[in-house]
Amino acid sequence: MKFADFISQDAIQTQVEATDKPGVIREMASLLLGAQEIADEQFESIVEAILKREELGSTGIGRGVAVPHTKHPSVDKLCGAVAVSESGVDFDSLDGEKVHLLFLLVSPPDRPGDHLRALENISRQLRDDSFCSFLKQSKTAEDIWQLLEEADNNQFSS
Amino acid sequence: MGNTSATRVAVVGHRLGLHMRPADALAREASQFKSKTELVSAGIRIDAKSILDILTLGAKQGAQVSIEAEGEDAEQAVAAIAGLIESDLDPPADEAGQGGEAPGGHAPESHAHQA
Repeated sequence: MKFADFISQDAIQTQVEATDKPGVIREMASLLLGAQEIADEQFESIVEAILKREELGSTGIGRGVAVPHTKHPSVDKLCGAVAVSESGVDFDSLDGEKVHLLFLLVSPPDRPGDHLRALENISRQLRDDSFCSFLKQSKTAEDIWQLLEEADNNQFSS
Repeated sequence: MGNTSATRVAVVGHRLGLHMRPADALAREASQFKSKTELVSAGIRIDAKSILDILTLGAKQGAQVSIEAEGEDAEQAVAAIAGLIESDLDPPADEAGQGGEAPGGHAPESHAHQA
């Protein structure tokens, strides 16, 4: 699976304003709303489900990366947003570090395989140090999209 | 007591594969041991103590994962990690928040000493 298969080009933001977990999740869900990936009336329900998932264990997976996510019956395909925080977000990560790079995923309950493949793709690409640091240094959504496209074209990991 | 090495092959029991929650549980469990522990699946070799690394496997239910540990507690590490890979932390119903009651009984610790 490629980034372009699930990341919405209109749901990318650099320099997020929020500095805490609930705030950044809300901000990223708003990106999906703006990109018309999720419905207006489902917004609160989706944010709540993502926060509830965080209670089971942080999705801050190390290397300054978090992948908050949930299944939600209101979406019929996997959709995702990307955000970069320069100052970092406190995310209760396993390694205790602040999070600078976030991928938020909402997937249909009946497509768990897609979710697994998206996680596989994100984690494989992020193992590449230069991809990771380029993303964190990105100043515009266009820069991020270009990096994701380059990753899709195997220009980072082999 | 010198270093020992241990190897075991486990089959993924998690209904939804090694997604983030099982990966988190595995990495935490592996980190309890002093041994260096690696997982190998479909030709990919990774550090069992890293969630990010485990996710790169994209291992589905039924996938074979080889566990290789080296260190003074290698045997115990391999046994504990194999037990976790073969278990199923996924509740039968969708865990995405519609039910909400399932997660409490599935803390990684409750599985740690079953193997």
